[in-house]
Amino acid sequence: MFDTKDIIETISMIREECLDIRTITMGISLYDCQSENPERLCSRIYDRIMSRAAKLVKTGEDIEKKYGIPIINKRVSVTPIALMAGGLSVDDAVKVAKTLDRAAHELGINFIGGFSALVQKGFTNGSRAVIDAIPQALAETERVCSSVNVASTKAGINMDAVAQMGRIIRQTADITADRDAIGCAKLVVFANVPEDNPFMAGAFHGVGEPETVINVGVSGPGVVASAIRRKGDCNLTEVAETIKRTAFKITRVGQLVAKEASERLGVPFGIVDLSLAPTPAVGDSVAYILESMGLEKCGCHGTTAALAMLNDAVKKGGVMASSHVGGLSGAFIPVSEDAGMIEAAKCGALSLDKLEAMTAVCSVGLDMIAIPGDTPAEVISGIIADEISIGVVNTKTTAVRLIPAGKVGDMVSFGGLLGEAPVIPVSNYSPAKFIGRGGRIPAPLQSLKN
Amino acid sequence: MKAVVSVIGRDSVGIIAKVSAGCADFGANILDISQTVLDEYFTMIMIVDIDKLNRPFNEFVDYMSVRGKTDGLDIHVMHEDIFNSMHRI
Repeated sequence: MFDTKDIIETISMIREECLDIRTITMGISLYDCQSENPERLCSRIYDRIMSRAAKLVKTGEDIEKKYGIPIINKRVSVTPIALMAGGLSVDDAVKVAKTLDRAAHELGINFIGGFSALVQKGFTNGSRAVIDAIPQALAETERVCSSVNVASTKAGINMDAVAQMGRIIRQTADITADRDAIGCAKLVVFANVPEDNPFMAGAFHGVGEPETVINVGVSGPGVVASAIRRKGDCNLTEVAETIKRTAFKITRVGQLVAKEASERLGVPFGIVDLSLAPTPAVGDSVAYILESMGLEKCGCHGTTAALAMLNDAVKKGGVMASSHVGGLSGAFIPVSEDAGMIEAAKCGALSLDKLEAMTAVCSVGLDMIAIPGDTPAEVISGIIADEISIGVVNTKTTAVRLIPAGKVGDMVSFGGLLGEAPVIPVSNYSPAKFIGRGGRIPAPLQSLKN
Repeated sequence: MKAVVSVIGRDSVGIIAKVSAGCADFGANILDISQTVLDEYFTMIMIVDIDKLNRPFNEFVDYMSVRGKTDGLDIHVMHEDIFNSMHRI
């Protein structure tokens, strides 16, 4: 029989500490939807997504009810559209984005990822069409997410792509300026992008993935913070142990849900992503975990060390709880989506430079950060280049999701899970000449492992 | 298979009777009950056998939740597997 203490612990994790399954994401291959005719391509893509994901939302809701755990998002990721877009014009690529958006609305999912391109070594015609279409596609759709991989440890950094993505973010901000540059909240620039990531905005269905797959992203920063607080005054070895135990329990729920969704949908189980994903809800914050370890404010000296320990302990606890771990798997630090990060950025404790340092030791990167609306494209590219270098040299994923909107100190709001963020300053000195050189930064020595 | 019925609310006469009646309506056999009253708040954990439910499990979950609300109680029914997953290796 069950231990009453265990039952109460599980119930309070869900009811009081915001434990949830953040997303069930179905990856769908679109390869055999190829067509020379753009209209036919769109209709094949639409039919494929609608048939494969028809039961996704209902299945998620049924599992939610069975186990009494909220499953916040049901989402779809597709083959990077750049791989399908070889013969498409920019206008055609926008039509594909609108097709994805229509499917997302029909299915009742909140995001669809895969308006993406992989250009770490160079551009194909398809990737050019998709990247050029990004500003318009994100402005004219609601639920489509876009990502571009500009670098990898193996290939080095495509600085032409870095320069271009600075301009694309700039254009996306300009044409969605009336909506607090919302388009930029759906656009991520990556290094070492994972091909099985269930989290948006960076999800797509990678080239080595099966026809269809189920990936699950767990959450639970509130549970970890509460466990640390309950532990009281103890040393950091014990804090790490507490995080590991908690991460294990959280991930086991993710594994249970992933297995059940996979069986009910008749689709292979891919991975559980161990990430601690915050939401703007109070009590669901990664910053609060760091503060519960003893930092006065997230961003003060000591934050990088605390985050490094958190990230490592989450992986160690989670990896034994799931048969397949993948995606981004680490702690997320999206500023606008985390109540504690928002407070820390507002009071000046958390700067862009500190966030960059933090990304060296956790998953993802400079995420959901509002920068001044008049930031030039080459400065955005400079920020991307810095962040991407951290990923390339450390053989890890890093990413940039910046929102140029408003003036320093303004609050920009994106609604829902995307939250709101104070605009924080960037350097006033220009990297324009460096960015303008273009070319590729060669792969680092650590890429030569064979 | 089993499910865990958790009941939380202000203490009053007949809570166990009401919850038990709901279980009986659906054919859920009660295997174990533990309850405490702390600061006028009633907490009950009930383990029920759901192998012989006469209607789908999801309907049982909804019914108990709605029934709880009418009596000012927070009633959640959860399949045993979530507890097994989390607390047993």
